[in-house]
Amino acid sequence: MADVNAFITEETIEGADDGPLAGTTVAVKDNISTAGVETTCGSRMLEGYVPPYDATVVTRLADAGATIVGKANMDEFGMGTTTETSHFGPTRNPVDPDRVPGGSSGGSAAAVAAGEADVALGTDTGGSVRCPAAFCGVVGIKPTYGLVSRYGLIAYANSLEQVGPIAGTVEEAAALLDVIAGPDPHDATTREAGADANYAAAADGDVEGMTVGVVPELFEGAHEGVVETVEAALSDLEAQGAETVEVSLPSVEHAVQAYYVIATSEASSNLARFDGVRYGHSAGHDGNWNETFAETRSEGFGEEVKRRILLGTYALSAGYHEKYYAKAQDARAWVRSDFDDAFADVDVIASPTMPVLPFELGEGIDDPMTMYLADANTTPVNLANLPAISVPAGTAEGLPVGLQLIGPKFGEETIVRAASAVEE
Amino acid sequence: MSDSPDERSEAAADAADTVDAAEAADATDVDVEDVDHVAGLARVDLEAAEREAFPEQFAEILEYFETLDEVPEFDREAELVNVMRPDEVREGLTQSEALRNAAETEDGYFRGPRVS
Repeated sequence: MADVNAFITEETIEGADDGPLAGTTVAVKDNISTAGVETTCGSRMLEGYVPPYDATVVTRLADAGATIVGKANMDEFGMGTTTETSHFGPTRNPVDPDRVPGGSSGGSAAAVAAGEADVALGTDTGGSVRCPAAFCGVVGIKPTYGLVSRYGLIAYANSLEQVGPIAGTVEEAAALLDVIAGPDPHDATTREAGADANYAAAADGDVEGMTVGVVPELFEGAHEGVVETVEAALSDLEAQGAETVEVSLPSVEHAVQAYYVIATSEASSNLARFDGVRYGHSAGHDGNWNETFAETRSEGFGEEVKRRILLGTYALSAGYHEKYYAKAQDARAWVRSDFDDAFADVDVIASPTMPVLPFELGEGIDDPMTMYLADANTTPVNLANLPAISVPAGTAEGLPVGLQLIGPKFGEETIVRAASAVEE
Repeated sequence: MSDSPDERSEAAADAADTVDAAEAADATDVDVEDVDHVAGLARVDLEAAEREAFPEQFAEILEYFETLDEVPEFDREAELVNVMRPDEVREGLTQSEALRNAAETEDGYFRGPRVS
């Protein structure tokens, strides 16, 4: 297979001699810190940056015996749905090299789909693990907020993001989640959950008596072939003994807007640290403080990153804060409440992962609104802090379609179980 | 990587200047001066092509954000609790590790641009 540009840096980091991941190769998204190995976030800003410490998830991979084979390509700072905003060139979809692999963890998903790594770590702020998993025809899990440590993850939007596994099968993804999950003193938002996880054991395909909620709002406007493929997968679950019921989540109509207000606001604060003084690209120190920072940041950041920093700065600025940021937090609480109500009646909630088939390279990159709207089905999950998995449901027009299964908080076993039945 | 509190409070103080702009303008009517103003607050110079594209894009995106007006008020803080730990000395980065990625250093310190 031709090179799909899955990696920014190809370098081997050996783990312990034995452990549950001994003999397993792992691609690690390039916003996850690796001590002594360049970590760029797909940005010119961090080209050449070598972290002095490992992210907790990297330490856990090494302790489990995994071999890291490289740092995977990504949309710059995780900001994109196609991996085309990377400073190091786009990743191609191994299924169809004229199409995007999805994003922002496109390199991670492409590496697994192309057989360049057994499994991979991505990060998911608004769908960035599930989208590329769906587009590349592999499995991706966005864990419950607080299940996996974010220590050493270079922040984009702290309140939304989690590190998550990508693999060829549900069981392999769950086994990787078993290794990285659990509390970490370095991340105060982690919880006790996941300390002795055995999510892999839940991949038993037993959905007898399981109730699957189907959300009409998350099928509206989706590509016809996507809808048909997902509905066929749900019929197959019914044939295996699951019951499907319709559940309405009216709040999700506002999820994309709320997500982009919150994510860009957090990004505008997080990315303020990149000033070229302590690390990262520097335009030199000729002018005064303000001029120098503005020039450094102009050279170091790409267009999408600048767009989001500016939108977030705007949304947080005095006079607009109540209008955008406060209302987005209301919407977030509404989405959370809607899901809580739904999970009183159902075990998992199903939808297409992506409402569209993989874009052609260059198709939508100049139209930010089109790109943002593609995140309609994934962003509600991050707003509600819930776990979700994308599992291949079949193909439409020869391209992969992902089924998303959302669980209640810390309900990883349930979504792994349901997804494993989809594979059968 | 930690945030610099100084930078953030400075940005917040500058942001307070925009109150009048918020009251005066329709939020979905974005011109290049608005974009330049926010770029100044964020300390990001823009390329010519970005200055040209952003006003229209921002207008479209902000108009979409406006639909948040339909969202009802919600009690949002109910389930938050503080997580505290004892304030104990721990091992951290050495000075050379901390300085390793800096563009310029001097006598074991970061060297930055002049502040005025």
